[in-house]
Amino acid sequence: MREVAVIGVGMTRFGELWSQSIRDMFAEAALKAMDDAGVKKIESLYVGCMSSGLYTAQEHLGSVMADYIGQRGAAAVRVESACASGGQAVRAAFMEVASGACDIALAGGVEKMWDAEDSSMVLATASDQEYEAYSGVTFPGLYAMMARAYMERYGLTREELAAVPVKNHKHAINNPHAQYPQPLTIEGVLKASLVADPLRLMDCSPISDGAACVILCPLDKAKQYTDKPVKIVGIGSASGPIALHDHADFTRLDAVRLAGERAYKMANVSPKNISFVEVHDCFSIAEIIVAEELGFFEYGKAGKAIANGAGTYGNGVVINPSGGLKAKGHPVGATGVAQVIECTLQLQGKAGKRQVENARYGMAQNMGGSGGSSVVHILEAQ
Amino acid sequence: MAISPRYTREIPHRYRLEAQRFSSGYVTLANRYVDPETGSREFENITLSGKGKILTWTVISIAADAYTRETPFVIAVIETEEGARLTAQVVDCMPEDVKTGASVELVFRKIMEEGASGIINYGYKAILI
Repeated sequence: MREVAVIGVGMTRFGELWSQSIRDMFAEAALKAMDDAGVKKIESLYVGCMSSGLYTAQEHLGSVMADYIGQRGAAAVRVESACASGGQAVRAAFMEVASGACDIALAGGVEKMWDAEDSSMVLATASDQEYEAYSGVTFPGLYAMMARAYMERYGLTREELAAVPVKNHKHAINNPHAQYPQPLTIEGVLKASLVADPLRLMDCSPISDGAACVILCPLDKAKQYTDKPVKIVGIGSASGPIALHDHADFTRLDAVRLAGERAYKMANVSPKNISFVEVHDCFSIAEIIVAEELGFFEYGKAGKAIANGAGTYGNGVVINPSGGLKAKGHPVGATGVAQVIECTLQLQGKAGKRQVENARYGMAQNMGGSGGSSVVHILEAQ
Repeated sequence: MAISPRYTREIPHRYRLEAQRFSSGYVTLANRYVDPETGSREFENITLSGKGKILTWTVISIAADAYTRETPFVIAVIETEEGARLTAQVVDCMPEDVKTGASVELVFRKIMEEGASGIINYGYKAILI
């Protein structure tokens, strides 16, 4: 396989983008990424999107987006793995460039969530429709059941759980693309309305519109386009049980552990080499379990560690310097690509006030459903 | 999210708790052809007793439109005495009565209506015993 680098990035602000359609958002992000890399022609386009059909009644996104970013004729396809669609789009583009089938690939992600009337129904399609969603359970409900299992087993308190979104909002203050760059307090989490007990509104990532795109090319050609290419050194992708009730242990996410192990092996690094990690904190409990599955903490320890100040600047691995899904926003198909963009900016030294100093390796972990899929990327500064 | 033919296919497990026991001992209410852990393809059809225990649970306050009228409602992951795992509402109780480990029994109930002109959907919910 050829070595592959990120040579350009572009994204919209995340939030309630009422004036922009799904193609408007994708075009904004894609054209920014192409300008950043200085490329005019895309050979192959991968569009990560969870549910444009249900959200906006538009399928066939590969063709739509190629047409609207001036790339008619390019190979173009949509990639879907629920909330991990964006990360899977990056992986698919990586594989095509690594294989030698093309030199310039665009991996993008997009979701237009605010056009839908019944977002809970759309999101529940990422669970097991016949055996879970039919009962009336929602995605917050599935993660709430994981949270209850974790809290009962490890003694994590409701206040300690609140430290995760509080930390992520603190990080988002310095992110100009964030949907909610406002500070949040523990009290603010505890007083928020219940969504699915014990999870409250401030434990949950928001409904967001947004798009994010990266341009990939072979590492040995990257210097033609940028002084600061960032190399993708490890990728792991794995599936897990589609239904939460089929997880042997509700405090674990097997797909995350497997994807992490595969990425570490490919990159030949270990958790201690990683300076920062963008994790899929769709709900507060998810960040805790994911941080454990990726090897940053022992099982049962991440929640209390974050409550005691771990996961932020100056205290070991920085978790979600961008603000994470909770505060940056979570346009589901765009999220995995936006995580790779955060890694790229950090490793290029372009992350502004949220810069993690002296980072060589960064990681992005994207997840679908209640652990039905996960994809992990490890990137290295050059 | 159910239309009539699709709904009909699900009747054996939703109405009658028809399940499968694989040669490995794995029991599944969801219709499967392969035991996901051992790869065994040999199974017998069984009918669940409907008795089980709550493994974890939540109270849903914000639901999809089809279920909004029922909020707040309890949802639990249940393991039946045969070892099958499923997700179901726990009804006829107050949320404060629900505990991890509590014994439940599955009962036949209305689940939802498919809009004003669609069919009425039925299936299993759980009650505390």
